[in-house]
Amino acid sequence: MAQARSRKRRIGMQIAEHSTGIVASLLFLAPIVWTVLSAFKPAQESRQPPLPPWPTTGFSVENYATLNTFGDGLWLPAQNSIYVSVMTVVLSVIVSVLAGYGFSRFRFPLKNLLFVVILSTIMIPFQSILTPIFLVLTKIGLHNTLTGLVCVYVTLQLPFSIFMMRNAFDAVPREIEEAARMDGANNVTMLLRVMLPLVWPGIVTIALFAFLGAWNEFLAALVLMTDQSKFTLPIMMTALQSGRFGAIDWGAVQAGVTVMMSPCLVLFLLLQRFYIRGLMAGAVK
Amino acid sequence: MTTIAATSAPARRRKLVGAGRRQWIGLLYVAPAVALVVVFFIVPLGMTAWMSLHNWPLMGEHYLIGLDNYWAILRDTRFWNALKFTGYYTVIVTIAIFVVAFPLALFIERPRQMTGFYRTSFFMPAVIGFASASLLWSWLLNVDSGLFSPATFELGLTEKKVNLLATFQPAFWSIIAMVVWKVAGFTMIILMTGLQSIPPDLQEAAMIDGAGPLARFRAITLPLMRRTLALALILSVAGSVLAFDQFYIILRGGPRNQTLTAVYWIFNQSFVSFKLGYGAALSMVLLVILVALSLIQLRLLRQPEGID
Repeated sequence: MAQARSRKRRIGMQIAEHSTGIVASLLFLAPIVWTVLSAFKPAQESRQPPLPPWPTTGFSVENYATLNTFGDGLWLPAQNSIYVSVMTVVLSVIVSVLAGYGFSRFRFPLKNLLFVVILSTIMIPFQSILTPIFLVLTKIGLHNTLTGLVCVYVTLQLPFSIFMMRNAFDAVPREIEEAARMDGANNVTMLLRVMLPLVWPGIVTIALFAFLGAWNEFLAALVLMTDQSKFTLPIMMTALQSGRFGAIDWGAVQAGVTVMMSPCLVLFLLLQRFYIRGLMAGAVK
Repeated sequence: MTTIAATSAPARRRKLVGAGRRQWIGLLYVAPAVALVVVFFIVPLGMTAWMSLHNWPLMGEHYLIGLDNYWAILRDTRFWNALKFTGYYTVIVTIAIFVVAFPLALFIERPRQMTGFYRTSFFMPAVIGFASASLLWSWLLNVDSGLFSPATFELGLTEKKVNLLATFQPAFWSIIAMVVWKVAGFTMIILMTGLQSIPPDLQEAAMIDGAGPLARFRAITLPLMRRTLALALILSVAGSVLAFDQFYIILRGGPRNQTLTAVYWIFNQSFVSFKLGYGAALSMVLLVILVALSLIQLRLLRQPEGID
């Protein structure tokens, strides 16, 4: 009798816990789902409040077509965003793999000082040095260029990604290296052939953070990209939402937000464990 | 153990001497990173300090004016208001984030069915950018085409559609709701790593000694999580002090300039009014505040984990 009662209580507890979990999950997912669904309404329906969130008068990609008529269209800022994000990923991976290897495996003058200086830039808000960055970019001829923006984004990624890569290289046992050196591997082949396969989880993590950082960044792009043809998606969408291209079309905003969110959500769902790993590494150290 | 150490130590020393020159190559490996940090961080940092001593318009000559910019800041009541608002926002939003994130962390920390799904759902808003999230919520908060005002009106909760962004209180709390939605999952993961680092035997031992869940939380969970809590606090405070995107995109600093944050004010001075020297001086003030906060919090972090 008592056993049956306690079993009943346990099932009751489980139901209560899972209902809480499901309700909370829905609350967190709702705004995202609401937007993605509403974006597929016909333009006429998009002007109405999104009740219900799904299209009631047929699916349509009209909002995406409308979005494409504002400013330089959808494709150009999307291209800019893709270029900036991919370049940021490539460059920050190359630079931090090299630096991580250097800081982990070599002894040279000023090593500790340089490492501490790079890491401590994370304490200083880049928001407070944007004006001089603007002037520096002008000085070296990268003013108002996507490449200039990439340089800034890569620099902002470095403290985290060099820290990650240094730890990743530190975790590779020295014996492996020594064995490879016996076989006549030099520094470069050592790094490319022997070390890279061993530290690739770290590389995926820093690549993911670099992509999300560059894709989502707003203030630096807003300040540094003054020419409309250089706008990234967040800047172009904010211009649209502020009414810069005439009356605000909320359907187009939903479509744009969907475009902006999708790569982040897809990458996160695919590479979730690398993301959590990165957070944990940051949190534990 | 000792024999291995004894034989390998001289061997390693010999290798290092032989490899003395090769070690310099390390400098080559770190050079690109150092160059980037110097050009795009150290130099601009020095320039901020230098520019803050100048009258520096976008066009035309700039000239040294000493500390005049800093004296002007003392009289700049709108900057102090922005700073006051930023502080108010930081306190409120940090409390709100922790109030939501801590129960979520406790909820997903215990393994049960569907934990993965719950964790992923709570975390999803954290991977989309602040700009995307702000654009999304600016639609949801819109009085005519949005969700909240029309929905409460349709349900008969309000007599007419209320414009949530027209007055300070509803606008401010809407932003808080949006930021909590966006950031709570992130804080949750940080707190979860802290919870997972507590040895389960400790909890079990306390349970056997008859400690209730609340007593266990206060005597074991909280003290053992102090470092994690400090880290989550640093991230939340630093992020909130630098808040800009959501106030720019959703509220444009309004209603009636009441939600201008410190970064927003610096942005206005530097890139709308083009008072670059004055903006640099304001940046220096913000920078000092942030570094001071970081140092205080780092001290909190450095204290050894454990029960005092």
